[in-house]
Amino acid sequence: MSAELRKGYVSGVNGNMVSVMFEDRVVQNEVAFVHQGKNRLKSEVIRVRGKRAELQVFEDTNDVKVGDVVEFSGELLSVELGPGLLGQVYDGLQNPLERLAHDHGFFLKRGIYLNALKEDQLWDFTPLVKKGDKVRSGVKLGSVLEKIFAHMIMVPFDLSGELEVTEIASKGKHDLTAVIASLRDDQGRTHAVTMKTVWPVKVPIRAYQKKLKPSQPLVTKIRIIDTLVPVAIGGTFCTPGPFGAGKTVLQHLLSRHAEVDIVIIAACGERAGEVVELLKTFPELIDPRTKKTLMDRTVVICNTSSMPVAARESSVYTAVTIAEYYRQMGLNVLLLADSTSRWAQAMREMSGRLEEIPGEEAFPAYLETRIASFYERAGVVLLRDGTMGSITIGGTVSPAGGNFEEPVTQSTLKVVGAFHGLSRDRANARKYPAVDPLQSWSKYESFIAQDKVKAGTAILKRSEEVDQMMKVVGEEGTAMEDFLDYLKGDFFDAVYLQQNAFDEIDEATASDRQAYVFDVLLGVIVKKFSFQDKEEARAFFLNLRQKFVNWNTMPFLSDPFKLLHKEIEAQINSK
Amino acid sequence: MHKTYNEIIQIAGDVITVEAEAIGYGELAEVQARSGVSLAQVIRLDGPRVSLQVLNGSRGISTNDKVRFLKHPMQVSFSDNLLGRIFTGSGAPRDNGPALSENMISLGGPSVNPAKRIVPDKMIRTGVPMIDVFNSLVESQKLPIFSVAGEPYNELLARIAMQAEIDLIILGGMGLKHDDYLFFKDTLEKHGSLAKSIFFIHTASDPTVECLLVPDMCLAVAEQFALQNKRVLVLLTDMTNFCDALKEIAITMEQIPSNRGYPGDLYSQLAKRYEKAVDFDTAGSITILAVTTMPGDDVTHPVPDNTGYITEGQFYLKGGRIEPFGSLSRLKQQVNGKTRDDHRAIMDRMIQLYAQYRETLEKRSMGFRMSAWDEKLLKYGQRFEKEMMALSVNIVLEKALDLGWDILSDVFEPAEVGIKDALVKKYWRKK
Repeated sequence: MSAELRKGYVSGVNGNMVSVMFEDRVVQNEVAFVHQGKNRLKSEVIRVRGKRAELQVFEDTNDVKVGDVVEFSGELLSVELGPGLLGQVYDGLQNPLERLAHDHGFFLKRGIYLNALKEDQLWDFTPLVKKGDKVRSGVKLGSVLEKIFAHMIMVPFDLSGELEVTEIASKGKHDLTAVIASLRDDQGRTHAVTMKTVWPVKVPIRAYQKKLKPSQPLVTKIRIIDTLVPVAIGGTFCTPGPFGAGKTVLQHLLSRHAEVDIVIIAACGERAGEVVELLKTFPELIDPRTKKTLMDRTVVICNTSSMPVAARESSVYTAVTIAEYYRQMGLNVLLLADSTSRWAQAMREMSGRLEEIPGEEAFPAYLETRIASFYERAGVVLLRDGTMGSITIGGTVSPAGGNFEEPVTQSTLKVVGAFHGLSRDRANARKYPAVDPLQSWSKYESFIAQDKVKAGTAILKRSEEVDQMMKVVGEEGTAMEDFLDYLKGDFFDAVYLQQNAFDEIDEATASDRQAYVFDVLLGVIVKKFSFQDKEEARAFFLNLRQKFVNWNTMPFLSDPFKLLHKEIEAQINSK
Repeated sequence: MHKTYNEIIQIAGDVITVEAEAIGYGELAEVQARSGVSLAQVIRLDGPRVSLQVLNGSRGISTNDKVRFLKHPMQVSFSDNLLGRIFTGSGAPRDNGPALSENMISLGGPSVNPAKRIVPDKMIRTGVPMIDVFNSLVESQKLPIFSVAGEPYNELLARIAMQAEIDLIILGGMGLKHDDYLFFKDTLEKHGSLAKSIFFIHTASDPTVECLLVPDMCLAVAEQFALQNKRVLVLLTDMTNFCDALKEIAITMEQIPSNRGYPGDLYSQLAKRYEKAVDFDTAGSITILAVTTMPGDDVTHPVPDNTGYITEGQFYLKGGRIEPFGSLSRLKQQVNGKTRDDHRAIMDRMIQLYAQYRETLEKRSMGFRMSAWDEKLLKYGQRFEKEMMALSVNIVLEKALDLGWDILSDVFEPAEVGIKDALVKKYWRKK
């Protein structure tokens, strides 16, 4: 970047938007610093008109004065990438919160920015290429061990064409700033590679061969999702729901149980308390797949609701960029954004200050394209070395009034592959997870055969119809056959779709167990029972339900599990 | 040293504009009008044009009135001298005491680093069974009371304030009726709690802009006390008035409204205040109980809706009682496992039975025949409403749990309540 110092002067302040008269030139979306007294407030150029640029400031703008100096950096808003990201908790601008707390106490004082990665930490580097090798951007030059992963040190993503390795460090300990490789491009220029790189957050990393269609199911261990409305590895899904429906709880469950390598959690504009709970519990929860703590595979980006709004806008980009970085290593990454509505609101606030012509509910006209391009950063990619990596993105949506007919929900539904709509009625009835099985949909395929899933959905629909009918004609006026369909649907919902998050075993069901249990359940759904009267039928299903609920809490294929299975089969066959 | 300007070039709503130099965003100024001196706060800078919201309102301000900038943002004095005192929204004494000017602190400081928060685990006992038993209030929780106008929400706030075991009560009144203000004052005085209370009161007849400052005043003071290891309870009534004041100023400033006239940043504005609720790692805590009146009893109205997304649950006050359905304390799980072994069982089961009672009521009103079980439920429901739900009931948690067992034992057989055998054996009342 150019060494010249470009400056400007504040000419207006409106909330977190500052107008600046600049002298020379500015770059759209470059980072600038507003000098407020001793503070340097980080900001981003978001509009230029004539010699006047508008900046969104990532901090509180109190006491900024007209005439204050603004310094332009020439760099786009970027994140640091390198070993040491896992287990960290960052704010929306990638400030490490633990170290901030250690250095600066209780409060997030403005104008303080720390390096995201500890530069002086030593990492044991193992080269994977040798001098004279030809490489391209994204190719793995070597690796270090980060927690449980071989963290790849790659050719910088912005280099184009074929490059030759002119120097490569030998096996040994290096810090993040040490040059570990030199590469010469086809024009003879040399590029030094360190373990730490930076990348602009709003630009997708594209150092791969091609993007593939997501086809493998992602096992989340949440039965209603995996069976009825599955998510694919590299796919996208959204979870809208009114407050109190359990959006955040569901996301926390996903972050704990989903079968992926890395989880990035973007807590965007939500309660600080929820993040704190996550921060205190994750280091103590053991991931059954790796036997290490969950924190070891997690990065948290948290810009909670009271933290500056502009940083909230950038926090989802920070998260997705880190996700892309790990994807480039051939890992499967799950990005959970909670909540994308707060992100959209941050855009709305800024748009309002810019006095742009508003769209629906005052959201900016570009809301849809922004949401679409964010979710487009998900996907399965074929990397240059033939391995695959993926990012799966799941976002919650907090629709105003719980009404899904609002711009953020609607724009999101257009671009995602699965929709997990949470319903207030289900939450009020304590039916968790409160995903509405009839309203939700998915374009991906489950690991359970399609025709089986269809039979399940059909009985739910039928059950719902009969339930509505019974409200009018009463139980007496309902035919036995219809009544049985009602009971079957209700049973399916109670013992399979609902899961008890407070039970260690029931809270997460692996795919083999889901397939196993679903088959037993299907036996109940398709069977033609004969009962004397409705009372007998009801008692039968209540009893079966109790057995199933107990069954759900037993270790898979354990002796009690097998024993109870026999009892269940015996009961099913008795009628 | 303070520069004075005496040409006001625009007056719109409660916002005035002057041309001035080197003014900081958020800075405070004094407007010397014929009707008296008022504070004003800078809310927009545009070249030389400085827009200020006048705390006392713009009525009677002349275009040649003097505007003197004070070189500091909105502040409030912080010391133990605040205790027992009553102030306006701008921090001027409302009682007969002296004005305070020592140790001034700024309002609306930075947010707490999430890494310095701890997971809350201390219950606040209120003596209200519908809270203590069914939706326990937890230290550092932020919780609104959703209700329609006319409900006894201020009575409920005052009761909780008097009974909660905390060090300090800070009451913020926004658009408070004068008699409600007197009610709070008399109640706390009678109870001897006034000495550990601080009031910031904006009444319905005071200027709108002052209303906006009330939560910030309360929370800035609360934060300082919390840092001194105090456990502070902040009561805010009514936050809907605060939001309406925000709306008024936003529209005056020609901001584009997002939903029913409210500004697009309503969520962030509310969150900035509510998120001050905190349990500090190695210091005190702030608990926020707020009243949010719902226009037209509509929970999807922008104010309750945005509030619900921010707070950790809500209490629905309806018909003079806290409704068990819809009311929720998101933090109750942190505390109700450590009180008494039967707490959770009583909590779950009594509510489920009460839900069945409601269904039975519906059935009865539709003319269906009542079974023996229905009759039991009716008996149970009436007792539950009278002995547990009524706001006049004032008993400690353990007594309330005992009362629960009394009612259950009177009405039902042990097998009918569906509580674990071990607990039934221990607590069931022999007839």
